[in-house]
Amino acid sequence: MASTIFRSLHTNPCLLHTTALLRRKDVILYCTMRSAQTRTAATQDKVKPQVKVAPNIQNKTLEKASKDYEAVIGIETHVQLNTLTKAFCSCPYNYGSLPNTSVCPVCMGLPGALPVLNMKVIESAVKVGLSLNCKLSFNSKFDRKQYFYPDLPKGYQISQFDVPIATGGYIDVDLPLEYGGGHRKFGITRVHMEEDAGKLLHSEGGSYSQESTFPFILLNQRCSTSYKAGVPLLEIVSEPDMRTGIEAAEYAAELQRLVRYLGVSNGNMQEGSLRCDVNISVRPIGHIEFGTKVEIKNLNSFSSVSRAIDYEISRQVLLHSQGEDQEIVQETRLWEEGAQKTVTMRKKEGLADYRYFPEPDLPGVFLTQDYVDGIRNTLPELPETKRRRYEKMGLSMQDVLFLANDVNVAEFFDTTITKGADVKLATNWIMGDIAAYMKNEKLTINEIKLSPQELAELIASIKDGTISGKIGKEIVDPAEIEKMVEKVVSENPKQLEQYRGGKTKLQGYFAGQVMKLSKGKANPGVLNKILLEKLNAKS
Amino acid sequence: MLSTLQPPRSLSHFRTNPTLLLRYTSLKTLSSLSSQPVTHSTLTDQPCSPNPLPHSQILSTRHSLLSRHLTATQLADSFLARLRLTEPHLRSFLHVSDSVLAQARELDEKIQRNEELGPLAGVLVAVKDNICTAEMPSTAGSRVLEGYTPPYDATAVRKIKELGGIVVGKTNLDEFGMGSTTEGSAFQVTANPWDVSRVPGGSSGGSAAAVSARQCMVSLGSDTGGSVRQPASFCGVVGLKPTYGRVSRFGLMAYASSLDVIGCFGTSVADAGILLQAISGHDRLDATSSKREVPDLAAEFVSISSTISKPLKGLRIGLIRETLDGGVDTGVTSAVRSAALHLEELGCSITEVSLPSFSLGLPAYYILASSESSSNLSRYDGVRYGSHVAADELNSQYKDSRAKGFGSEVKRRILTGTYALSAGYYDAYYKRAQQVRTIIRKSFKAALDEHDILISPAAPSAAYKIGEKKNDPLAMYAGDIMTVNVNLAGLPALVLPCGFVEGGSAGLPVGLQMIGAAFDEGKLLKVGHIFEQTLQNCNFVPPLIADELTS
Repeated sequence: MASTIFRSLHTNPCLLHTTALLRRKDVILYCTMRSAQTRTAATQDKVKPQVKVAPNIQNKTLEKASKDYEAVIGIETHVQLNTLTKAFCSCPYNYGSLPNTSVCPVCMGLPGALPVLNMKVIESAVKVGLSLNCKLSFNSKFDRKQYFYPDLPKGYQISQFDVPIATGGYIDVDLPLEYGGGHRKFGITRVHMEEDAGKLLHSEGGSYSQESTFPFILLNQRCSTSYKAGVPLLEIVSEPDMRTGIEAAEYAAELQRLVRYLGVSNGNMQEGSLRCDVNISVRPIGHIEFGTKVEIKNLNSFSSVSRAIDYEISRQVLLHSQGEDQEIVQETRLWEEGAQKTVTMRKKEGLADYRYFPEPDLPGVFLTQDYVDGIRNTLPELPETKRRRYEKMGLSMQDVLFLANDVNVAEFFDTTITKGADVKLATNWIMGDIAAYMKNEKLTINEIKLSPQELAELIASIKDGTISGKIGKEIVDPAEIEKMVEKVVSENPKQLEQYRGGKTKLQGYFAGQVMKLSKGKANPGVLNKILLEKLNAKS
Repeated sequence: MLSTLQPPRSLSHFRTNPTLLLRYTSLKTLSSLSSQPVTHSTLTDQPCSPNPLPHSQILSTRHSLLSRHLTATQLADSFLARLRLTEPHLRSFLHVSDSVLAQARELDEKIQRNEELGPLAGVLVAVKDNICTAEMPSTAGSRVLEGYTPPYDATAVRKIKELGGIVVGKTNLDEFGMGSTTEGSAFQVTANPWDVSRVPGGSSGGSAAAVSARQCMVSLGSDTGGSVRQPASFCGVVGLKPTYGRVSRFGLMAYASSLDVIGCFGTSVADAGILLQAISGHDRLDATSSKREVPDLAAEFVSISSTISKPLKGLRIGLIRETLDGGVDTGVTSAVRSAALHLEELGCSITEVSLPSFSLGLPAYYILASSESSSNLSRYDGVRYGSHVAADELNSQYKDSRAKGFGSEVKRRILTGTYALSAGYYDAYYKRAQQVRTIIRKSFKAALDEHDILISPAAPSAAYKIGEKKNDPLAMYAGDIMTVNVNLAGLPALVLPCGFVEGGSAGLPVGLQMIGAAFDEGKLLKVGHIFEQTLQNCNFVPPLIADELTS
C-alpha cells in the first residue's frame, strides 16, 4: 500500500548506488541523478507483494469460496498522545537513583493519590474529533472501567463510557495505486479519552512489580526510572466499514498521517504509540447479519494489519465453506509475525461486566464553542485536503500520495512551491534525488541541508538555462566514469607506456585529464579506483 | 435569661488543665490570622466564672509562645503526659509520633532566634489514620495496610506542617472510614472520654476522643456521611465538615470520592475554623478541589460585647422538621430545641422547615458510598503495598490478600457496591440513588435560599455502649440519618456541643448541627462562635481528664 511503500524511504535497498551530498552552503547541489528518469523511492518498491497468505490455506477451494463471502472489519485504534511524553507526572528523572527508591504516588496508584486531567489531552481529543468530522460532546465526563489485573494499579481504568468526547464522524482514504487505487470513506463511531494500562514486569521472585501509567496526572513527586510516567490515549473506534486487509491497513495509515499532521502523537506502530485491534467477521455475500466476530491483537505494522486480516478472512471463509462455521467463536486472537498466522489468545466467556460508573475524582469535561472554534481555526491542512489540492495542481495520484504521506515532506514541497518553483520539477526533485539522498543518509527531510528556498532557486536556474540540468551534479556512476577513463587512456598511449614503465606519478596526469573531460564533476574516489584498474590492467 | 436554656441537671464543674486555662483570659495581642485583634467574649474574662467558656487553644498557644510564658516544649510535654495517662483508657491513637518533643525544641530555638512563627506554631494536631503522613504509618485502620508508611504527606497535613503545626500521631477509626463507632478498626476499640464504656462515634472516633480528652489541641478527621460530626457530638467537641471541594482530598485514602471531605475537630469553634483556614484552598493534585478563594475565617471570631443583647439579629434559621420526628431520643430533641431557643434569644428568627426528601438520603447514601468504595478499594490487592499474602497464582493472591486484609464491614460495603454497579442493577440502584441525590441537593438549595442556616441534631442519640450496635449494621446505619444528606448535597456543616443527656458519670454531650450554603463556612463559624460563647453553665470537659487532674 502506498503508505508502507512511501514509509520505506528509510529502508528501501534499491537506492544504494546514490551517494549524494546536499549542502546548504555550497549553493551547487551535487547529485548523481538524471532528474526525471529515476523516480526511485516512490516507485521501485511497489512490485513487492505485500500480502502473503499462508500456503496451507491458500488453495483453490478457498479461492473459489472467497468469491462467495465478504469480510466485515472494524478497527479500534489506540493513539498515545505525546502531551508530555517523558514526564507526564513531572517526575524528574534521576538517572543516578536506584529504581523504586522514589516513586510518584499517583503512578503507583498509592492510597490517597488522585488523578488530575492534563488539559492537553482534551485539546488533542478535540483536534482529532474535529479532523475526523465528528460531532463533539460539549458536556462529557470520565468513567471508571473496573477489572482486576495487575496492569491496573488502581483496579480500574479511567476511560469514557457513555458520553465520549466525539462521535459519528468519517475519514477519507485513498487506496494505494498498486492495489487498484480508489477513494473510500470509512465511518468513525467514536473517539474517547482514556489512560493507558501499565505494563507488568514479572520479577524473578514471582512477585509483581509495575511499570505503571497514570496519564491524567500532573504531579511534582519524583518517579524512579522504572516507573515510567504514562501517556494518555485516544481510542478511535471505526464503523465496520472495511472489507479487505488493504482497506484496513490504509485506514490505519491514514489515522497515523492524521495524528502526525495534527502533532498529537508520533503515531509510531513499532513503539506502540499507535495500536490497532481489528474486529473481523465473515458472512456470505448478500447476508445482512454479521458473522461471529473475532478480535486480532498484536499488530505492529500496517502490513501486519493487512496480512493478519487476509489470513483471518481465509481462515474464516475456509471454515464457512466447509460448513464448520460454528468453529468460529468470539475470541481474541494474536497475530504471530513469525508464523504469519493468528492464534487463539483467549476466548470470551459472555460479556465482561466492567461496572462502569462516573469517575468521581475528575470533574466533567465542559467545552465551550469559543474553545472549539479556537482549535478549529488552528487546525493544519489535513492529509485529505492536501491530496485533493495536489490533485488539482495537476500532480499524478502517484505524486499526490507520495508527497502528502509525510507531513514534513508535504511542508517542504509546499514551501518550495511558495518560493516560486515549478510544481512538476519540484515534485521530481523531492521524489527523486532528495528522497534517494534521505534514504541513503538515513535523514528526514528536515535534517537535510537543502532548504526549500534553495531548491526553488536551483529549479529556477535550471529552468531558465543558467545551469543545465546536469550541472551541479557530481558524477559517481562508474559506467560513465569508466567511459571517460577509457577515452583518456586511449588518447594518451605515450603516457600510458611511461606509467606502465614505472612512472606511476603519471596517475595524477590521467586523473586530471579525466576530471577535465568530466568538467570537474567526476567523483574523485570512483575516478581513481577505475583509473588504477585501467592503468594496471594487462592489456 | 441564658440560664433558662440549661439542661435540668446540674453538671459537674471540672477544672481543665491549668496551663491552658491560665492563659485564655488575655488574648488581645493576637493573631496574625486576623487583621483585627481577636478577643473573646467579655464573659471569658471573668476569672471566677465557674464554667469557663470554650476558648481557642490555637490562639492561646500562640500567645503563650510569643509572650514567652510557656515554651513549645513545655506545652508538648504537658499534652504528651496527659496522652500517656489517658491513652490506656481511650486507645484513640494507632500511632504516636516520637518526634513531637524534638519538633517542639526546634520551635523553641526559632523563638529564641526571634524568627517568624507560622500561625499554627506549636499547635499539637492529631491526624486520622486514613490521611497520609510521610513519617508515620497510615493504615486507615485496616489490616490490608498494616505497617504501611506512605511516601508523601496529604496536602492537608503538608499545610499544617508548613504553618508550624506538630503532628502528634495517627488516630483510630473504623476501617477506611466505614462505620459510626470506631469499633470497626482492625486494631483496637476507642472509648468515649465521657464514659469509657461507650463508643466515641465514628468513623473519626479517635480524632474526636483525642481532642475531647485534650490529648492534642485539634485534629483532622474525614467525613463521608457524618464521620466528623457524629463523633464530635458523641465526644462533646466541635466538628466541622467543610464544603465538598474546600479542602484537598489528596492524601486522604478514598472511601467514597464524591462524598469524602477532610474535616476539623477542636474544643472551640475558633480552633476548628482556624484549622480549616489552614488546610483549605485549591490543590492542583485534587481536580475536585475548589478554586474559590478562601475567605479570612478568623475574622468571624469577633468579640461579643455583652451589651449587645441580640448579636445574631436578623439571621434566619430553619429547624429541619424531619430531624425531630420519631426515632430521635427525647433528650436529644429537647437539647436541640433548647439550642434553638438560645439562638432565638441571640436574635435569630427560628422557623421549622420541611425537607421531604430527607429520609431518602440514607438509602441513597449507602448505595452511592458503597458503589464508590467498591471501586476505590480495588487497589488494595496485595500487589504493591500493604499486607501481601503469598500465592502461586495471581487470582489467589488477590483473593487471599483481600479476604485476610479487609474486615467484615468493609467487605459488606464492597459487596453492596459491586452489586449496585453490576449490569442489570445499575439503573435500579446507582442511577436511582444519583437521582435522589439531585433531589436532595435541590431541596437543600431551596431551604437555604429561605434560611441562612439549617439546624438539626447531629445524631439521633448520644453515645451508646460499646458493642451495642456492633452486630446490627442497619441500626448503626440508621444513626447516620442526620448527617448523610449534607454529604450528598456537598454542603458545609458545623457540629458543636449544645447540652447533655443523662448517661455516664457526668452526662453525655449532645451536638447541634448547623448546615450552611456551599462555601459559607464563615457564617457557620460566626454563628457557632457566638452560640458557644453565650452558652452558659455548660462545660464540655469530659470527666476522664477532670479526674486525672484532680487525682
